[in-house]
Amino acid sequence: MSGRLPVRKTYKLFIGGAFPRSESGRTFEAQGQNVARASRKDARDAVKAARGAFATWSGATAYNRGQVLYRLAEMMEARSADLAATCSGADEVEAAVDRVVWYAGWTDKLSQVLGASNAVAGPYFSFSVPEPTGVVAIVVPESPALLGLVSRVAPALAGGNAVVAVASESHPLAAIELAEAAATSDLPAGVLNILTGRRAELAPVLAAHMDVNAIDVTGAGEVGAELEALAADNVKRVVHGGDGQSPWEISAFLELKTVWHPIGT
Amino acid sequence: MADLDRTRVPAAAPLAWEYAPAPESRDVVRFQERYGLFVGGELVDPRSAEWYSTIEPANEDHLADIALAGEEDVDLAVRAARDAFENGWSTLPGSERAKYVFRIARILLERSREFAVAESLNSGKPIKESRDVDVPIAAAHFFYYAGWADKLEYAFPNRRPQPLGVAGQIIPWNFPLLMLAWKIAPALACGNTVVLKPSHTTPLTALLFADACRQAGLPPGVVNIVTGDGRTGAAIVRHPDVDKIAFTGSTGVGKDIQRAIAGTGKRLTLELGGKAANIVFDDAALDQAVEGIVNGIFFNQGEVCCAGSRLLVQESVHEQLIAKLKRRMGTLRVGDPLDKNTDVGAINSREQLERIEELVESGREEGAEIFQPECVLPERGFWHAPTVFTNVAQSYRIAQEEIFGPVLSVLTFRTPEEAVEKANNTAYGLSAGVWTEKGARIFWMAERLRAGVVWGNTFNRFDPASPFGGYKESGFGREGGRHGLEAYLRFE
Amino acid sequence: MPQAELLPRDLELPFDLRLPRVGAVDAVALEARAADLAKRSIKQEAKLAALDLAVRMIDLTTLEGADTPGKVAALCAKAMRPDPADATVPSVAAVCVYPNLVGVARAKLGDSPVKVASVATAFPSGQSPIEVKLTDVRLALELGADEIDMVIDRGAFLSGRYAKVVDEIVRVKDACGATHLKVILETGELGTYDNVRRASLLAIAAGADFIKTSTGKVSPAATLPVTLCMLEVIRDVHDDTGRVIGMKPAGGIRTAKQAIQYLCVLNETLGPAWLTPDLFRFGASSLLNDVLMQIRKQKTGSYQSGDYFTLD
Repeated sequence: MSGRLPVRKTYKLFIGGAFPRSESGRTFEAQGQNVARASRKDARDAVKAARGAFATWSGATAYNRGQVLYRLAEMMEARSADLAATCSGADEVEAAVDRVVWYAGWTDKLSQVLGASNAVAGPYFSFSVPEPTGVVAIVVPESPALLGLVSRVAPALAGGNAVVAVASESHPLAAIELAEAAATSDLPAGVLNILTGRRAELAPVLAAHMDVNAIDVTGAGEVGAELEALAADNVKRVVHGGDGQSPWEISAFLELKTVWHPIGT
Repeated sequence: MADLDRTRVPAAAPLAWEYAPAPESRDVVRFQERYGLFVGGELVDPRSAEWYSTIEPANEDHLADIALAGEEDVDLAVRAARDAFENGWSTLPGSERAKYVFRIARILLERSREFAVAESLNSGKPIKESRDVDVPIAAAHFFYYAGWADKLEYAFPNRRPQPLGVAGQIIPWNFPLLMLAWKIAPALACGNTVVLKPSHTTPLTALLFADACRQAGLPPGVVNIVTGDGRTGAAIVRHPDVDKIAFTGSTGVGKDIQRAIAGTGKRLTLELGGKAANIVFDDAALDQAVEGIVNGIFFNQGEVCCAGSRLLVQESVHEQLIAKLKRRMGTLRVGDPLDKNTDVGAINSREQLERIEELVESGREEGAEIFQPECVLPERGFWHAPTVFTNVAQSYRIAQEEIFGPVLSVLTFRTPEEAVEKANNTAYGLSAGVWTEKGARIFWMAERLRAGVVWGNTFNRFDPASPFGGYKESGFGREGGRHGLEAYLRFE
Repeated sequence: MPQAELLPRDLELPFDLRLPRVGAVDAVALEARAADLAKRSIKQEAKLAALDLAVRMIDLTTLEGADTPGKVAALCAKAMRPDPADATVPSVAAVCVYPNLVGVARAKLGDSPVKVASVATAFPSGQSPIEVKLTDVRLALELGADEIDMVIDRGAFLSGRYAKVVDEIVRVKDACGATHLKVILETGELGTYDNVRRASLLAIAAGADFIKTSTGKVSPAATLPVTLCMLEVIRDVHDDTGRVIGMKPAGGIRTAKQAIQYLCVLNETLGPAWLTPDLFRFGASSLLNDVLMQIRKQKTGSYQSGDYFTLD
């Protein structure tokens, strides 16, 4: 008996800035660990937390959101080793950190690229501004475990939305490591929520939830069609994203508001 | 009528409350005894072998010895910048460039108290302003432009943006660190390297910035700081291997520069003087308009290119507004820039103070009515009391010429059309303010005012995301926002 | 019969329509000015002077359904001698209680300079007929109140029945006679600073001696910007008519630091003439102990603990 026994981490859910076990008490095994198996009630709680946090996050200045996301990247960089151990390796971690930095730099530039001042034919000042849609549910691609998650979550956050993400089922640990980085990053509690568990069980709950504004089905695979049908109940925005990075990944999670006002004395 | 008895102040003795001194500690910053030029990543002695003393305008105390760069020094700096541009910086991926600039932003925030104290000591501005405005917005500019470095193709779709090369940048003394940020951040984000000359009287925060570049690990030669005087600036302007000149300063010097580079193919942006009209309508929220007027002309001692130095007030509310303004001026605290309660600091130099005094004298002579609240001005240092002139005619020098000091000229108008005419009746066109509770009127005035920045029911609002720049003789080109990138790019 | 000074009383219809045009306040600029004043750094003698003044300006308050004679007697003892360990600490301006406890307060305070302020007029909601409100005032006065803190009818105000709001204040002032009347606007329910300005003007026109922000039962209660807004009205009234009106922010002021910020706002808006308990009060309870702790910290140099100050 030699060598020191390590104190093993317990992998729990990330809801409302805290790390609760599933209210159902269930776990499942993945990557050699017991991982919390979220229930429909956990999903409900996550949406509630996201809705509660949305006003603060969308009400913050774009500059502030950019700084917070940059700090998230700082925290991820600091945890490179842990993240690398739970995903495919250092290359994936570097790409994920750089992607978060990339999106952090968009927050205060979106309105200049996506918005407009409109040359209407009358004495009116008309302008259009993009705004976050609200609570976004994301069914994350099964792989790559970290980069896939970040590629969908970062644009939603950069746009000012609050997110409930369903992690990769086969490789969920990287998502919880990311959650730990988020929890230490100044991201307000509830802005990002991560559920681990059976995707076929969780995704439809979110797709049918009447207080979710958009559902990202990029990683949904075969359940995608079912989710799209459920989304119709409250006319959710259905997002099919890519695996690269672009401002159009952000705009998929945004609304556009046009305002008019007369010009006169 | 029992309630009419309450017209006199009651007997219980009120407190005459003097605020005690509340100085910010100077210990947070330590200046070197002397600073060489920051060239190729190091502080080097000037080949010119010339040095000068930089002082604290509040008391004329010496702060440090500063190198005075000559032509040879400028040439070395440009070579270093060119070298850095060719060998690495221009070919570095935008995302890596971005991360250097993000680092600089973070360092400025981490060392913000040090930079703020240094700025107040060297420029004379109140610590309240350097701490809450200059340094945070400077850091924000680096943060904002860092984010563009790897996104230029989205800023100019279909246009294939490329850096220009070496940018020569000459900045003024009124917002030393902030003007440095306005220049360097977009330049670096676009892949250029820079040679920046801070103003003669305010070199210290630029030299501290050089240290921040070192901490950020910025490749040598990407940023070069050459201190000096007008001759140094001229050498930068004339240097054949500088691709672009950015100048913020007086209109007179701006015109000289424009002449000097004519026909050379060098790109140019100018941010020059102003004589902004701050226009108050009778339906304005008056107490808040007074705050806007005070901010417009006394923020930074009025040493601001976009200062609201002409108050155009609708005649129907003139008396009421001026009474409120004079009373409000009485609460301005003029004094030690390092005191946290100081509202108005020292004038930056003897030269500038003399210019202000000359124009104030002309105001008296031409027949305007002067008001200055009681204030005790320190004996040493360069000080001027907050001043307002009423009964000013459009033709008076104080209504035409940029004073660049805490001096406001008040004129009246009757209708919106007349306000627009008077506001536009100047060779300048940098900014304007409009105070009215009627939204339509704000847009109507904004449409007609020939000014690059129009502030509605506010004044002196700056943000890295918001383009800033002038019409007419206030200059051309914009700083801030997506538009601020254009000056530092060429398009294939 | 007290006359409304600034606005006509008997023009019901035009009056109601005209009022929304009165008195615009720009919220962003107002809040920025208040925030700027909150940055004042008050140290040393200036800080001690401010803390001493703050104590003298406190209306030490308990307004709970659970208030008992015992509770109020303890409050009055604290009001008269806030810091038993330091005799130089002055007494507060007043205690503020419900009418049922006025007698207890009066008896306990005896002939000390601390006044008894009573809330009245169906405090805190004001949702009762005028007859009930007037009886409430009369009985509070009979029981020994030196000052009356009334509430305006916010329901009437928010539905545009401004004449009713004014009329009720006029009648309450009439019932008060020479007794000092504070009119609570309940700014947290009014929605905008424009409304706060209008309500302030109405209250003053109807005879208020003091305008007060809040009942303390609704959040937000007092804030620096709302206080600044009301002080600007007082300044305008003084400029236009010479009348001198007092102001009381109440609720949510818990720390000495906040109290000093309010004094800076007061000092730089109305000047030293208003730096007196005759014209400015703090409606507060836990504020007192924080001020006492700061006073002791200023005098001894050490940060204090709540254990050393009585809870009353």
